Amino acid sequence: MTEKTIELTDLRRLWDTYSEKRIGVIGLVIMLVFIVMAVFAPYIAPHDPYELYNPMEPPGPDHLLGTNDIGQDILSELIYGARVSLFIAFFVSIVSGLIGTILGLLSGYYEHVGFFIMRIVDAFLAIPRLPLIILIAAFMRPSIWNLVIIFTILGWPITTRIIRSEVLSLRTRNYVEAARMLGAPDSYIMIKHILPNVFPLLVVRLVVEASHVILAESSLSFLGLGDPTAKSWGMILHYAFMYPTIYISDVWKWWMLPPGLCIVLTILSLMFIGYALEELVNPRLRGMTQV
Amino acid sequence: MTLLKLKRLRTCFPTRDGLVKAVNTVDLEIGANEILGLIGETGCGKSILGMSIMRLLQPSTRIEGEIIYKGQDLLKLSEAEMRKIRGKEIAMILQNPATALNPVLTVGDQIAEAIWLHQTMTKREAREKAIEVLRSVKIPSPEKMANECPHKFSGGMKERAMIAIGLACNPALIIADEPTRGLDASTKEQIIKLMKEVTEEKSMLFITHDLDAAAEICDTVAVMYAGELVECAKTGDLFGKPLHPYTMGLLDSLPCRGLKPIRGMSPSLIDYPSGCRFHPRCDYASAICEKKHPEMVKVEDRHYVRCFMYL
Repeated sequence: MTEKTIELTDLRRLWDTYSEKRIGVIGLVIMLVFIVMAVFAPYIAPHDPYELYNPMEPPGPDHLLGTNDIGQDILSELIYGARVSLFIAFFVSIVSGLIGTILGLLSGYYEHVGFFIMRIVDAFLAIPRLPLIILIAAFMRPSIWNLVIIFTILGWPITTRIIRSEVLSLRTRNYVEAARMLGAPDSYIMIKHILPNVFPLLVVRLVVEASHVILAESSLSFLGLGDPTAKSWGMILHYAFMYPTIYISDVWKWWMLPPGLCIVLTILSLMFIGYALEELVNPRLRGMTQV
Repeated sequence: MTLLKLKRLRTCFPTRDGLVKAVNTVDLEIGANEILGLIGETGCGKSILGMSIMRLLQPSTRIEGEIIYKGQDLLKLSEAEMRKIRGKEIAMILQNPATALNPVLTVGDQIAEAIWLHQTMTKREAREKAIEVLRSVKIPSPEKMANECPHKFSGGMKERAMIAIGLACNPALIIADEPTRGLDASTKEQIIKLMKEVTEEKSMLFITHDLDAAAEICDTVAVMYAGELVECAKTGDLFGKPLHPYTMGLLDSLPCRGLKPIRGMSPSLIDYPSGCRFHPRCDYASAICEKKHPEMVKVEDRHYVRCFMYL
């Protein structure tokens, strides 16, 4: 057997385990649809989202979801909106996850480092999340990058603390001791023996963080603290709510409902994926029958 | 030829209740190809002795004396030099195989890691070597089992896998810390047989409280009580005519010899009894035992005992 076929069968086995959970497959399909939407937005969107047409047109063959109050095509806005929401979600969860994992590993493994890092974490955790975001967003010029930075700064301490608590328990396990008896250096033990064991926690944490970020971005945009020029779902909602007769006429059905559904579906799919992944990364649950 | 020599080894660690003197002035010698059994009750410092040799105790632990391995004092080596000794020169087989294997890595990987931590070779070579080692400890279909995670292994197989990890780098000395703990009688028999086979050209420090296992596998047996050695002799001599009252008590407590337990409890390692540490539980104790601490005396060739009866 060559190396390549081993890898292929490994992937095959991973997929088999993952697909055992139907909920995970559903989540993955929804997420893939949004990712395709985000990546290929210029090719999929029927119009340029910044182009102005007749305002307040109801859905028709030319504009499937109608146009908004200044005449932009809502479907195109939605498709481009996936870009902003997903980019922020993935970027923030990966960066804060990375920082949190490294600091969590170090602070769990080395007691003195841990004490120092934990005091910093305490300081960050004491800050109430949403009020700070609102404050910073109000003072800084609203832009996507500012949001990314704020969310990352607020995200890493939680990940650090979660990873650390797990490492504290893992580093006293017998197999870590056993590895040390084989002459393994600390760095090796951390990467090879401890990291794979915090992986289940980390994956779930990343997914939760991603959905948090999407929600936070949407609520900020909705409050008008987002980037006014960016096409995000929260921003669409914001402008829709500002429209005076939004509840009286039928407009909400194609202006407010679709971005709301997009947000809900994205978060739901992230939750489904996290649920299925939890099983995948825990070898003891692998190959067990589904209830 | 002496492979490992402990000279007046003392291991203590501070706790809230006081200084725990887990190993107290132990002198011990393991020759090349010798299997030395270290027996004693739970909590007498056997495992700490093993860990002291590997220098893998908490940083607050104080180890004094000398541990001479192949002519060099392990206590004087730097941490980096010590890492090269661990696994390659001296390997340890831990008690409790159920927790000593990483649940998320395949067994093959865990054996291969022992190999390439000390030797430069490709991933595939290490893997092949791992399968070879698994075969040598008689794991059925080793090619397949190397790809499995530990939870697919039974207790006996996990113990075999642990032995395989210990053997992976072909160390000169193996420290086995109660390898038969928690195994049923027939599995135990097999593991003992296997250990005897694989250590044919190696030395081993066999730490156990299982006297039958020690009698079967060891060349020499040392009896430990409250942090110090009380008797040391060739296996046949020790089990044939034990000299120290504690050794006699241990043997009498075996089911086949009448299941008579030694009265009293083993002492705490913080406050030893005065004089001979065994005197409160000893049937032969006299006035001197309470006052003076006996030294190790040579009774016969290679038979040492720490008791006033033989002075």
